[in-house]
Amino acid sequence: MSTTGLVGVYQPGTTLLHRLPVGAKLGGLMVLSLAIVLVRSMPWAWVFLAIALALALLARVRLGTLARAARTVLLLAVFVGALQWWWYGRDKAIETFVDLLALSIAAVVVSATTPVNAMLDSFIRWITPLRPIGVDPERVALTIGLAIQALPGTVALAVETRDAARARGVRHPRAFLAPFVVRVVARAHETGDALHARGIGDD
Amino acid sequence: MPTITFDAAGLSVPVAGGTRVVLDPTTVELTEQRVGIIGANGSGKSTLARMVNGLVAPTTGRVRVDGVDVARHGGAVRRRVGFCFTDPASQLVMPTCVEDVELSLRRHEKNAGRRHDRALEVLGRYGLAEHADVSVHALSGGQKQLLALAGVLAVEPAIVVADEPTTLLDLANTRRVADLLFGLDQQLVLVTHDLDLARRCDRVLVVEGARVRYDGAADAAVDDYLASVAS
Repeated sequence: MSTTGLVGVYQPGTTLLHRLPVGAKLGGLMVLSLAIVLVRSMPWAWVFLAIALALALLARVRLGTLARAARTVLLLAVFVGALQWWWYGRDKAIETFVDLLALSIAAVVVSATTPVNAMLDSFIRWITPLRPIGVDPERVALTIGLAIQALPGTVALAVETRDAARARGVRHPRAFLAPFVVRVVARAHETGDALHARGIGDD
Repeated sequence: MPTITFDAAGLSVPVAGGTRVVLDPTTVELTEQRVGIIGANGSGKSTLARMVNGLVAPTTGRVRVDGVDVARHGGAVRRRVGFCFTDPASQLVMPTCVEDVELSLRRHEKNAGRRHDRALEVLGRYGLAEHADVSVHALSGGQKQLLALAGVLAVEPAIVVADEPTTLLDLANTRRVADLLFGLDQQLVLVTHDLDLARRCDRVLVVEGARVRYDGAADAAVDDYLASVAS
């Protein structure tokens, strides 16, 4: 299972989306996300998906990246869709499924056209006015960046832990959850140590 | 070479029913270019290494780097001491190789364009130029460790502390990483289970049972360690 598909890795390029300021891209993503969540209609769900795909084409996001993102979200969407089908019927399930797909593609387009360091620089600029009330912009920006980037590593830990439980022939959820939580906390500790060792957060 | 001074530096941690000594008060002065630390798992060697840049604070005594107290001036010391971990996966926190090196350079170069160029130059120096825009998760174990080292060396520290940097690597990558470490101009403090690497050091400390049991020339120290394991 790919662990990088949940968030698009930056792909260098010179497309319009690559050249747009980070704020415009994140603002656009926020507006599109709100529209997808608030507009409850099947035709509009397909329109939003078409917009997301058009953006991906415009940004020349590699098909493999989109496919990996879609595959990961499909797993979640199938589960959510099944629940929706059970509770609200087929139309609602399909609408939710298409909405999730559009959201994930739009998010991948932003991360594939924006280096994380550019995002950090923007976050720092936006948060800097809060410095007088005790907010450390570098630290907050790094926390946001790390939270995004921790996702693939956490999925990798989940897969390893699941495989280890299977190898021992254990199927009980506790055999997965307990070591998984311990490993995630240990990884967080190690990452904290690594950042500390690199002097990040010292200033 | 820089001088790393352990002045009765030790560590005890509270445990149920008392305290556990992780490292006995230790007094050594390290001035050699390549210092090896060997010993069994849990003996205290990583604790010793981690004290050099303040990842672990001693509960007794103090550690100084060129006279600067690590506990009091951790930030200043960490600007001079780079640290490389056993598992690079926990050290690589950015999505692509060039972005991870850029993260190291953030404090040193505020201009984003120049920072990016410097990061590319660093990657080129360590044979990773073609992987600049590759996901860090897509690298092999050896490439990850080289990238982690590149991130450390990008800021040109005076001292590099490496805690079992080759433990997770195959033979070819062990040689690549070892050759890189032993080719550095900087002072190297190397914690290792690889006795061949330890023999390449100028001085080796053997840590056993939370104390430095032997401190001397590499071959004599390794032989002493082998004898202690055999007995």
